[in-house]
Amino acid sequence: MPTIYYLILSFALFLIGTTGVLLRRNALIVLMAIELQLNGGNLALIAFSRQLGDLKGHVFAFLIIALAAAEAAVGLAILVGLFRGRQTVNLDEITLMKR
Amino acid sequence: MTFNLRLIPLLPFLGAAILMLFGRKWSRDTVVAVAAGAIAGSCLVALDAFFTALPLAAPTGGLRDSVGTWIAAGPLKIDLAFRLDGLSGLLCLIITFIGFLIHIYSSGYMEHDPDYPRFFAYLNLFCGSMLVLVLGDSLPVMFIGWEGVGLCSYLLIGFWYKETANANAGKKAFIVNRIGDFGFLIGMFLLYQYAGTLNFQEINATATAGGVLTQPLWGATVAFWAALFLFVGATGKSAQIPLYVWLPDAMAGPTPVSALIHAATMVTAGVYMVARTHAVYLLAPGALAIVTAVGAATALFAAVIGFAQNDFKKVLAYSTVSQLGFMFVGVGTGNFEGGIFHLFTHAFFKAGLFLCAGSVMHAMSGSGDITIMGGLRKKLPWTHGVFVVCWLAICGVVFSGFLSKDSIIAGAMSAEGAMQDFAWVGRAAGIVLSVAALGTAFYMSRLYFLVFSGESRASDEIKHHIHESPGSMVGPLVVLAIGAGLGGLIGLPGGLFEHADWNLLDRELSPVLGAEVEVSHMTEIAVMVGATLLALLGIGLAWLFYGGGYREPSRKFAAAVPKLVKLAQDKFRIDELYQFLIVRPIKRIAQAIYFVVDRILIDKILVGVPVAAVDFFGRLSRSVQGNGDGQRYMAVFALGAAGVLYFATRPMAPDALKVTVSGLGVDVDARRGNKAAPEALEYSYDFDDGGKPEVSGAGPTAHHTYAQAGSYTIRVDVKDTHWNTSTSVKQKVTVR
Repeated sequence: MPTIYYLILSFALFLIGTTGVLLRRNALIVLMAIELQLNGGNLALIAFSRQLGDLKGHVFAFLIIALAAAEAAVGLAILVGLFRGRQTVNLDEITLMKR
Repeated sequence: MTFNLRLIPLLPFLGAAILMLFGRKWSRDTVVAVAAGAIAGSCLVALDAFFTALPLAAPTGGLRDSVGTWIAAGPLKIDLAFRLDGLSGLLCLIITFIGFLIHIYSSGYMEHDPDYPRFFAYLNLFCGSMLVLVLGDSLPVMFIGWEGVGLCSYLLIGFWYKETANANAGKKAFIVNRIGDFGFLIGMFLLYQYAGTLNFQEINATATAGGVLTQPLWGATVAFWAALFLFVGATGKSAQIPLYVWLPDAMAGPTPVSALIHAATMVTAGVYMVARTHAVYLLAPGALAIVTAVGAATALFAAVIGFAQNDFKKVLAYSTVSQLGFMFVGVGTGNFEGGIFHLFTHAFFKAGLFLCAGSVMHAMSGSGDITIMGGLRKKLPWTHGVFVVCWLAICGVVFSGFLSKDSIIAGAMSAEGAMQDFAWVGRAAGIVLSVAALGTAFYMSRLYFLVFSGESRASDEIKHHIHESPGSMVGPLVVLAIGAGLGGLIGLPGGLFEHADWNLLDRELSPVLGAEVEVSHMTEIAVMVGATLLALLGIGLAWLFYGGGYREPSRKFAAAVPKLVKLAQDKFRIDELYQFLIVRPIKRIAQAIYFVVDRILIDKILVGVPVAAVDFFGRLSRSVQGNGDGQRYMAVFALGAAGVLYFATRPMAPDALKVTVSGLGVDVDARRGNKAAPEALEYSYDFDDGGKPEVSGAGPTAHHTYAQAGSYTIRVDVKDTHWNTSTSVKQKVTVR
């Protein structure tokens, strides 16, 4: 199959992720949307890697998966802390900065 | 001839560095061993250089040791070099030997001071700097030492810095010396500009040849101004009118410091410098006359102030100022040997006197007030003995001061050779000095009688504690007394006995400073007899006034002219005059500048305006920033990322085309700057902007020939085949 199909899927995943990040109000969902963005990127890397017959793309994809795991752990910990303190994970309610 | 002269200043510097780094952790004995060891080593090297190596070297050049080139800028080349000849060698011996004695003395005197290592580190640093000063082969190298001793003087005067008065005295010494240093620098620049060199040997050679230094400048000659400005430097360092005011205040430092720095060595640097550049002075009799006049005036003026001082060290301080005046008359009348001779003898007897002062104050529970002393002759037998020798030496009755003072006065009386038209200034100075010598005898005898004779006027408390100082203090005193007693023998006026070779000093100095001043036997003998009689008169007067304590005539005198006595006690209020004339106006100006520049210009305008601007833009951007909604930030970020992506993928189009016209032909260069374009760029050229490119899919340059003359618009489209984006540039061109 031509690489372009993978890229289209990758772009679609990234776009859905971005939309989720920008529009959803639940912080948990935002985190999940970020995962989606990362995986969209991963897919593009793998696709190019396969097209060029070069393993570097795979290596990067693994690195990003590990990074995504770490990010999820930290993000979730922050969310748990946030929820304990403010009893909410709605991003609209977590706006404390003065104008 | 070469010799490792750098060792002489290096050893004390090393000692200072070691003590500063490790001294705090060491015992007092170790600290003294390092400090005194460093200076003793330096003394040994100096002795070796002076007595072993120097006689083998050329007498005029002496020994030279160059560490390397220090400054090389165009025609200016200055070596970090040292030179030891008869003159600098003699000074080296004085500095290292008396320095060593004072290190030993200090080990006893400073025994109870918690800052023991710091004191010795500074002392070593001072000795090193002083040695650089005298050994320097050129004015700039001397200037390193000159500033170094100034710094050490400041550090040591303010050694007990917790007392504000001491810290202020240190500052005063430093600032007053800055004024002198300014003169020193100007003199140096003048010499460089006209003589083209800063090396002493070359300066003196140039001056002896005359020529460049005798050309007119500012209504006099170059030599006159150079000599005068250098002398301004000397008046600062050597405490002459008008810059003498710092020296009496410098007595705030520990007594060994006063002995070493403010009596024996540093303050004589000015005299040394004049002797070092003697040939320049000899070219300018006018400058010599000024040096002589200032020296004579200082000698008398300081002696008069010395009459009325009631602090042991203050009397000695004014005495030092006065004696330095003697030395300047010596060098000012062209009698350089006489000046250096007096420098030599003065180093011994004045260091001895100061150390006696330290010993007495040690015994008097730290007080230097001579009105409460008296009767110390029996209590402090050793100190008394040493004081008597040094006292008679400074009075010029017998011992070393007798010969050196007479040589200065006799030289001043026969200064026709050097001063030419100004010889009368020399003769007048000789007479003033004779009066000053009388004064010297008077105030020194007053000091002696008030301190040592009669009965003690101290309180019982102090009286109870009076004791002779420990051996470490008495030992150096005795050695200095021997020096003060016999030191004059090196400068015997051999000519008087038809044995010119008896004058050892002349043998060392005449190759460097030129032949001794010719003094007729008549003058020599007249001065000797006259000066001795005057000195005896001074001592007799002092006995009349103060023998065995305050006697009737002194009280009557004080009662008869109370205002005069008060005025002398107040040092003729010169400090107050300077305060009024110089310090206060400068403070006013500083305050005005502070108010206008600091408070208004800097605080209000330069600080206030940016603060207001930052505040304004901060408010502005805060309103854009929102209330901390993360998703909003993310949206802005996404927009930004999209923008970056957009601009990053646009072709590297030129800002303007480079068009060269030749007849009807045009050459178009569409490269951006002179960088090679990326391979993925394709250029299309539409030379008449008609919509149809004449050349397409080409490289960054193209050629076209128009069919007829006229104005055209060239349009170039640049296409990036990789990203499939494009941009275009237009430019007008006229062909004929």
